[in-house]
Amino acid sequence: MTQEAQDAVGDYKYGFHDPESSTIRFDKGLSEKVVRDISELKNEPQWMTDIRVKAYHHFMEREMPTWGNCESLEGINFDNVTYFLRSSDKTEKDWDDVPEDIKRTFDRLGIPEAEQKWLGGVTAQYESEAVYHSIREDLEEQGVLFLDMDSGLKEHPEIVKKYFGTVVPHTDNKFSALNTAVWSGGSFIYVPKGVHVEMPVQAYFRINAKNMGQFERTLIIADEGSSIHYVEGCTAPTYSTDSLHSAVVELIAMEGAKIRYSTVQNWSANVYNLVTKRGVAHKNATVEWVDGNIGSKLTMKYPAVLLKGEGAHAEVISVAYAGKGQHQDAGAKVHHLAPNTTSNILSKSISKNGGRSSYRGMLQVTPKASGCRSKVVCDALMLDEDSRSDTYPTMEIGNSTADLEHEASVSKVSGDQLFYLMSRGHSEEEAMGMIVNGFFEPFTRELPMEYAVELNRLLELEMEGSIG
Amino acid sequence: MTEVLLRVENLHVSVGDTPIIQGISLEIKRGEIHAIMGRNGAGKSTLANVIMGHPAYEITSGTVHYKGENIAEMEVFERARAGMFLSFQYPAAIPGVQVGTFLRKSVASVRGEAPSPREFRKELNEAMKQLDMDKSFLSRYVNDGFSGGEKKRLEILQMLLLQPDLALLDETDSGLDIDALRIVAEGINAVAQDTGCLIITHYQRLLDLVKPTVVHVLIDGKIVESGGPELALKLEKEGYDWADALA
Repeated sequence: MTQEAQDAVGDYKYGFHDPESSTIRFDKGLSEKVVRDISELKNEPQWMTDIRVKAYHHFMEREMPTWGNCESLEGINFDNVTYFLRSSDKTEKDWDDVPEDIKRTFDRLGIPEAEQKWLGGVTAQYESEAVYHSIREDLEEQGVLFLDMDSGLKEHPEIVKKYFGTVVPHTDNKFSALNTAVWSGGSFIYVPKGVHVEMPVQAYFRINAKNMGQFERTLIIADEGSSIHYVEGCTAPTYSTDSLHSAVVELIAMEGAKIRYSTVQNWSANVYNLVTKRGVAHKNATVEWVDGNIGSKLTMKYPAVLLKGEGAHAEVISVAYAGKGQHQDAGAKVHHLAPNTTSNILSKSISKNGGRSSYRGMLQVTPKASGCRSKVVCDALMLDEDSRSDTYPTMEIGNSTADLEHEASVSKVSGDQLFYLMSRGHSEEEAMGMIVNGFFEPFTRELPMEYAVELNRLLELEMEGSIG
Repeated sequence: MTEVLLRVENLHVSVGDTPIIQGISLEIKRGEIHAIMGRNGAGKSTLANVIMGHPAYEITSGTVHYKGENIAEMEVFERARAGMFLSFQYPAAIPGVQVGTFLRKSVASVRGEAPSPREFRKELNEAMKQLDMDKSFLSRYVNDGFSGGEKKRLEILQMLLLQPDLALLDETDSGLDIDALRIVAEGINAVAQDTGCLIITHYQRLLDLVKPTVVHVLIDGKIVESGGPELALKLEKEGYDWADALA
């Protein structure tokens, strides 16, 4: 790696990338032609092309967002982004058919091994498109549809057409418009009525090309009385210039259904991670976001839940780790739109080496939503004096029967904790790692085992070489 | 000849500008139990902490040798790995870290290699049984929301597992009811034969159960009198006033 590249990625620990093997690659920059070409290349139905083009024009006219750390967005040069890249021609179902260099990347991430043990189904997103996709037979037997989004559109256009953009319309914000215009890949899941998917289903995403934009689009529909846990892991390989990740995730939990969406993202230090995630929960349904953010240059992500039906419940558990030169601007948005809806938000953040983490939350209770309950807890842990943590809670409460709690705390690692752990044979770095892992434990325990292990390991690595 | 584990020579210790320990010398051999008794503020806990390497205390003069080596430059964790152990008066809580994980990692760090899971489980079960500790302890967070007695039991459990050569026990008896005290004392006696022990205590009652080789009386940062177990009995009966005259 060149020194320049090394500087750009900072302390990124899992950085590696294979030489680009793209077979089709568009020029940098965005135009209506690029948008139409992407759609044509994918043989999409006309209605999808129309949505893309409409979204493109909206993107061009739309101002930058005003919610979040907006001044930092000025660093994005939209003309310097490649909006589509295809690395292999078809979606593979057999691991043996996956190209060798792509496989090497996955091997280093341990995906086949993880699959044997845990996966309900794998969609491995390599650059813009899924190259590997398998569904365990029991899922298929239950009638669960789990495909990459492009295949979902091809094989189940009626479902996609019915729900696409209904939770996050392209007019939502500039980046949702951009995603709608140029989306590629992501997951499509439909769980039929009354079906409970027992094992978590997973997809791994990563970016591997220099300046590669990643615009995946995920749509999960859990029909009445069904449940699913979807897990998305993300470990970005190293590259040298600014990279833009702007995904959209839409969740729809019908009456009595439950969707949990878990993410651990570990972007290298040059990525703008600007994601719109939103779920709608109908009557007595539950939407849960479990969201871990490590790395990136700037993350702006506020998983949202619209509690649309009476008795619906939202759960948002998030952690953020901000190291040198990084800003994690993350939080949650919960909209209580119906009576007797409930929500819990737990946000934990760690800042180190001058990193900045912010909790930015929105809690809305509309006038007709009586009897709602919500609890928000924000805990920040600062590992040194140079780091920064702040909290920006917004509340719009239109109904006086709402029962709301908000707790916030900022703490530091105490000398007594370090001395205690060191007196048990742990070096200062190991002691810090234990304290940090313990701080994130309420989040980590919600993850499938191998994600928990990987996250703990990442945090321990982050503590290395950092004690002055 | 029995191995000398700890040799403290003319030790002076300050916190900031305040001198706390003002010239202590003592020598602990393997198999010996030394008790340090004194009032609050006499410097008892400081002595235990400084031997373990607490960064808040500064050695202004004098030396501490462990197994024949001057340990002034040794990191806290290196002392632990070399076989030193401190049972804390006020152990810190580590929220989110489960006792079971913490014990396994600590044993691995101190021994230099991870024990086999099966063997470790066996050792752990035996030690917990000996201390009358419930298995539910293992899934709780380290010292988080623990009662005083629970914290002390966890300290002694760690001592049994880490098998130190030198154990510094800082008011391990405080906060214990009479049954817990007996159990903890049995724990100490179980390791004491092969270990050097420095027991810091206010009270005679632990020394009824753990028989000290030597008792030292600490007044204002100095050892004013050393003797056998009978010295502890004298303090119990007469208090410290007589010792003030020796300071």
